[in-house]
Amino acid sequence: MAHLLRETPSQTVGPFFAYSLTAEQYGYPYTSLMNHAMVSDQTPADYAASERIFIQGRVYDGQGNPIPDAVVELWQADPQGHYRLAPIGPRNGQPGFTGFGRMGTGTLPDGQFRFTTLKPGVVAGANAAPYINVTLFMRGSLRGLFTRLYFSDEVDANAQDALLNSVDPARRHTLLAHREDQNGQLTYTFNLHMQGDNETVFFAFAP
Amino acid sequence: MPDLDVHPPHLYPAYKSTILRSPTRPLLLVPEHLRDVSMPVFGESVLGEFDHDLTKNARVNGEPIGERIKVTGRVMDQQGRGLANVLIEIWQANAAGRYVHKAEIHDAPLDPNFLGSGRVLTDAEGRYSFYTIKPGAYPWGNHYNAWRPNHIHFSVLGHHLEQRLVTQMYFPGDPLFAFDPIFQSTPVPARELLIAQFSMDHTEAEFALAYMFDMVLNGHRKTPFQ
Ligand SMILES: [Fe+2]
Repeated sequence: MAHLLRETPSQTVGPFFAYSLTAEQYGYPYTSLMNHAMVSDQTPADYAASERIFIQGRVYDGQGNPIPDAVVELWQADPQGHYRLAPIGPRNGQPGFTGFGRMGTGTLPDGQFRFTTLKPGVVAGANAAPYINVTLFMRGSLRGLFTRLYFSDEVDANAQDALLNSVDPARRHTLLAHREDQNGQLTYTFNLHMQGDNETVFFAFAP
Repeated sequence: MPDLDVHPPHLYPAYKSTILRSPTRPLLLVPEHLRDVSMPVFGESVLGEFDHDLTKNARVNGEPIGERIKVTGRVMDQQGRGLANVLIEIWQANAAGRYVHKAEIHDAPLDPNFLGSGRVLTDAEGRYSFYTIKPGAYPWGNHYNAWRPNHIHFSVLGHHLEQRLVTQMYFPGDPLFAFDPIFQSTPVPARELLIAQFSMDHTEAEFALAYMFDMVLNGHRKTPFQ
């Protein structure tokens, strides 16, 4: 392999990210380019028949306490299985569906995060099941952590999914978001556990 | 061949918060054919007029206090190819070492004209630059008499998911390097990669000292962006 440059090392996001990364959610006087709404209030016409869903959960530390200073990012395909390629923007415009969301866990009770989005479709050629990429940063984490959210009600598709099938069967449940209908809102709960019996499966991109 | 193992471990007990917040089991390697090809892209139009100038974007009644500096560099992949249109988000303490954050407890003054947030997009060659105030050192609760070296936080959205990086930029010669477990968590040969270099070439006469900080993101595959 050709001579490769060394990557810039990762460092922790620390405790004080909110007035930049999630400023509007926390009430700081700075605009945000992304937040917990991954789709505009009015569902874009192209996706009128798609399911509008909420993704909620918490991040738990090794003692089972919810972590109130994490940043969770979601990135997903649209209901037709396509990642957005068009630039997001302009600022304060109507982005429609972005598929990208970010939320800090310091604004809702007990470190909850809650995103609004559309249920993703299956990405052609890549996977058998719909999923959402989840990225996690927090104080006490020296590196970003990557995992995937799969849907509990996609039993048949999940059974065919190559990556999910590569996970130890005893740990697959840590990647499943559980469907509930809460007051008519289709809600999937996805809790992340840093340690313990239910420790979330995290992924790496390089050995 | 340089040592490519540059990242800190997940668990680094001298940085106490890692003890309950780091995974205990090995990460699962994603096969290359199952990785995603792209990350979201932001257009130039999303940036505010002074997003790239932290000395101006929160002014109320004057200029922020402190040493004005310019930070500039290039974002590239591991083959040295510049990565265009990469969103870099920035945050930092003010000149006195105080963050504008509700959880901040350090007894140092806030600056009414400085927020400490900014963002830039890289140009076609992967270059970026912004103006700010040199951040001060600040104490933290990790251990007795713990102080963070001067640093600026960066969040970088590259072209692929594996190019999603959060890091911190340090300043040359900081006496606190030897005592900071976050800096020390980085493998010894890689620590230099976190330290900006003073640049007389980029220093602007009668205006601002300049620091160069290049960032290299994981990956050397063909990029889907031209
Ligand atoms: Fe900091």
